[in-house]
Amino acid sequence: MTTIETNTNGYVVGSTLERVLKAGHFAVTGELGPPQSADGDEIREKAALLKGLVDGVNITDNQTAIVRMSSIGAGTIVVQEGLEPIIQMTCRDRNRLAIQSDLLGAYALGMRNLLCLSGDHQKFGNHPTAKNVFDMDSVQLVKMVTDMRDECIFQCGDALKGQEPRFFIGAASAPFADPIDFRPYRLAKKINAGADFIQTQLVYDVEAFDRFMEKVRELGLHEKTYILAGVGPLKSPGMARYMKNNVPGILVPDEIIERMTAAGKPWADIKKDELTREDKRARSKVWRDEGIQVCIDLIQQLREIKGVAGVHIMAIEWEKAVKPIVEGAGLYPRPTVKEPVTQ
Amino acid sequence: MIIAERKPLDEIKTLVDDAQKVLVVGCGTCVTVCFAGGSREAQITAASLRMSTKLDGNGKNVGDVTVQRQCEWEYLDEIKDQVEDADMVLSLGCGIGVQAIAEHFPESWVVPGLNTTFLGIPSEQGVWEERCAACGDCILGLTGGICPIARCSKSLLNGPCGGSEAGHCEIDPDVPCAWQLIYDRLSSKDKLHVILDLQPPKNWSTSRDGGPRKIVREDLRLKAEEA
Repeated sequence: MTTIETNTNGYVVGSTLERVLKAGHFAVTGELGPPQSADGDEIREKAALLKGLVDGVNITDNQTAIVRMSSIGAGTIVVQEGLEPIIQMTCRDRNRLAIQSDLLGAYALGMRNLLCLSGDHQKFGNHPTAKNVFDMDSVQLVKMVTDMRDECIFQCGDALKGQEPRFFIGAASAPFADPIDFRPYRLAKKINAGADFIQTQLVYDVEAFDRFMEKVRELGLHEKTYILAGVGPLKSPGMARYMKNNVPGILVPDEIIERMTAAGKPWADIKKDELTREDKRARSKVWRDEGIQVCIDLIQQLREIKGVAGVHIMAIEWEKAVKPIVEGAGLYPRPTVKEPVTQ
Repeated sequence: MIIAERKPLDEIKTLVDDAQKVLVVGCGTCVTVCFAGGSREAQITAASLRMSTKLDGNGKNVGDVTVQRQCEWEYLDEIKDQVEDADMVLSLGCGIGVQAIAEHFPESWVVPGLNTTFLGIPSEQGVWEERCAACGDCILGLTGGICPIARCSKSLLNGPCGGSEAGHCEIDPDVPCAWQLIYDRLSSKDKLHVILDLQPPKNWSTSRDGGPRKIVREDLRLKAEEA
C-alpha cells in the first residue's frame, strides 16, 4: 500500500497538488467517477488510466445526485493505487456532523485534498423523492474544514481531541453562471473562507474566461489562491450543442461547434439511416480525436492567461482521453516536487 | 398565509370509505383565500362525495359546515353536535385544522381533505408561491426582503450556486433564482456589500430541526383564577 507523506515541510498539507502549485508548476488534475456498484476493480482500472498523468484526481460525491460508491471509499482505493485523490464533499447529503466525521475518517485513510461543493439538486438524480440536507453551503463548508485544520476546532467551536484533519482545501467556481457580475465576488468569499485552490466549471469560451480572470486579477484573488481552469474533451458536435443549450453556466462558442462539425464532414452527406456501423464508429473516432485536439488547444490558450495556475481535466467515463490531452499539451511528465516549500 | 390544495376525490373516497355519515368541515381563513377549503369548496366536496358514492352504489350521507378558523377551540365548539353526530369528519382545513379537530373531539375520527403545501402568497390570480419556511430566525434584513431559505432550492446563504441561469433556478425554468432576485435588489439599492460578508452556518435549532416548537408568553397567559 502506498502511503502519503505526512511531513509537511512548510506546506499546509504537503500533498502533491500543493507541492506542484507552490513550486510554480502548471498543475493538472483529473476526475474519476465511482461506479454505481460496489466493484472496486472499476476504480482500479480508471486509476491506472490516470496514474502519472495528473497531480491529483477528483473523486466525485454522488455526482448529478446519482448514487455511487462513496468518494472516500473510492478515494481509499485510489490511494492504494498510488494516486492522490481530491475528495469531493457536497452539502446535499450530509449535515455538519456527518461531514466532519467523514472527513476525520478520510484523513486517517490517507486523503489529503478536498473539494467543497454545494452539490447538484437531487431532482436531477435517480432518487428525486429524497430529502436533501443543505445544513450548510459550500462557502461555510470551506470555512469549517479550514478551522478544523488551522484552529483545530469543530464547527461548534469545541477543540479536536488529537490529530487534526489537514486537507489542501479546494472550492469550485462557475465563472459564466448568473448573476455573472457576482461570480468573482463569490469566488472571493470562498477564498476568504480559506480555499487554497479553485477548480472552475468547464471553459470553452476562452475570451469570456479571460474577462472573468481580469476581474479576478483586479481583486487580487489569483494571488490568494491557485485557480485551475476546468476543461473537458468533447465527444461530438451534438455534445457541444447540448452543453451550450442545456447546461447552466457553460458557454460553448459557435466556432468550437463548427470545428467539431467540420471534423465529421466526410459523413455529412450520408443520410442518417444509411450510416453503417463502421461509418458511425469511424466518425466517432474522428470526432473524439478532434475533441481531444480542441481540449489541447484550450489548455494552451488558458495557460497564457495570467492567474491560471493549472487545469482540471474532466473526462468522466472517458478517462483514456486524459493521456493524449496531457501529452499533447506538453504537460507530461508531471513534475516531482520533493524539496520544502520555497516561497 | 397557509396555502393548501385539495386532495384528489379518489383519495378522499378511500379515506372516508369506512364511514356512512360524513361531515365535511371547511375553514374560513387561509384555505378560503386560496380556494382550497372554504365554504364553497366544502359544499362542492360534499356534493361530489354524495354523487360519486351514489354512483358507486353505496351512497353516503355527506353534510358540510364551515367554521371561521379550525385552529381555534372557540370556533370548533360551535360544531360540537354535528361532529359528534357524524361517523367521520373530513377536514378541509390545513394540517393544523385537522389536528385541532382530532384534539378537540377525541371521540371522533378525522381525516384530511387537503394537502397543506406551503406558506406563501397569491402572486397573481390563480397562482400561489412559497415565501417563508418558518425557520424561526428571520434573515430577511440581510437579503433585501427575499428569503433564500424558502426560495433557494438549496437554501444557500452565501450567494448563488452554479445552477443560476438567466434569472431562473436550474431545477425548473419557472422557478426564479432567489439569489438573482437578492442580487438585483441589493444592487439596485447599492447594498451589495451586505452579501460579501461570510454568513456562518445557520442555527437550525429554531427551525423544525430543534423539535416541535412552542412559544409561551407569560405576559399574555391567564392567571389560574381567570382560566
